[in-house]
Amino acid sequence: MHSNVRPNGYGGWRLIKMAEQKHLDVTLDTQVESVNLAEEMCLRVAEAAGFDEDDCYRIGMSVREGVINAFHYGNQERPEKKIYLAVDLTSDKMVIHVLDEGKGFNLGDVPNPLAEENLLSTSGRGIFLMRSFMDEFDVVAGRTGGAEIIMSKKLPNPDGHPANNNDKGDHNASHQT
Amino acid sequence: MALLQATYRDAGAVTVLELSGRITLGEGSALLRSTMRELLDEQRLKILVDLGDINYIDSSGIGELVSAYTTAKNRGGELKLLHLTKKVHDLLQITKLYTVFDVHSDEVTALRSFDKKSA
Repeated sequence: MHSNVRPNGYGGWRLIKMAEQKHLDVTLDTQVESVNLAEEMCLRVAEAAGFDEDDCYRIGMSVREGVINAFHYGNQERPEKKIYLAVDLTSDKMVIHVLDEGKGFNLGDVPNPLAEENLLSTSGRGIFLMRSFMDEFDVVAGRTGGAEIIMSKKLPNPDGHPANNNDKGDHNASHQT
Repeated sequence: MALLQATYRDAGAVTVLELSGRITLGEGSALLRSTMRELLDEQRLKILVDLGDINYIDSSGIGELVSAYTTAKNRGGELKLLHLTKKVHDLLQITKLYTVFDVHSDEVTALRSFDKKSA
């Protein structure tokens, strides 16, 4: 496995493989390219974990939105700040953490993008999309003092079907707020 | 990851803006913004955006489409959407924007809908 490798474009990454769990740590620079990089890395993990094309799309989009949130709202696009991405593959789910170095925020304060008055807003849909596309979603105060997004998706069974019937895909996503 | 490409052509009084690739944060959103500004500055106020070759839109891209829609409307124009892929269709459904945009699956019908409006 790789360790302490620091390629160009982001702060560094570390992959630890244990018997039952795989863990990936990436420190990203606060730049637009980090959004694509994070998405690509997590897509590779998701594909290797056996998620189908639709779930890979949902996971990739959620990672993308999480890093956009950290880049824009958390770190205020300030290049001296970092974005910390972590991925855990446990025996039953893929867990993704996105941590910024901003001031944090309360999920309850995020406007509902489906409200009539917000429908034509040009921003504010990222949290909604992550909530819609992932099985579990939360935002907590991170170790940096910034916001830490934690989201997860149940791993598919070996036969390729989701591990449970709680498919929070496109069809029931409109029930989320 | 395919970058956004944008070309446009005239179809009567309507400008058909054909997009392909991804409308995402960064170059994709910026290109859509600058193209829309160019069209509106040229007084092309009836715009049909063909999304048939768009395979990915993130929240930034959605925001840019909404911005284009409202800017066109504020200038007395119209912006409609054509040929949504399944992913884009589903995205507009869950964000409730499918009810905001006038969406068409056939270009001839879409072009006629502009005529009806101005008649």
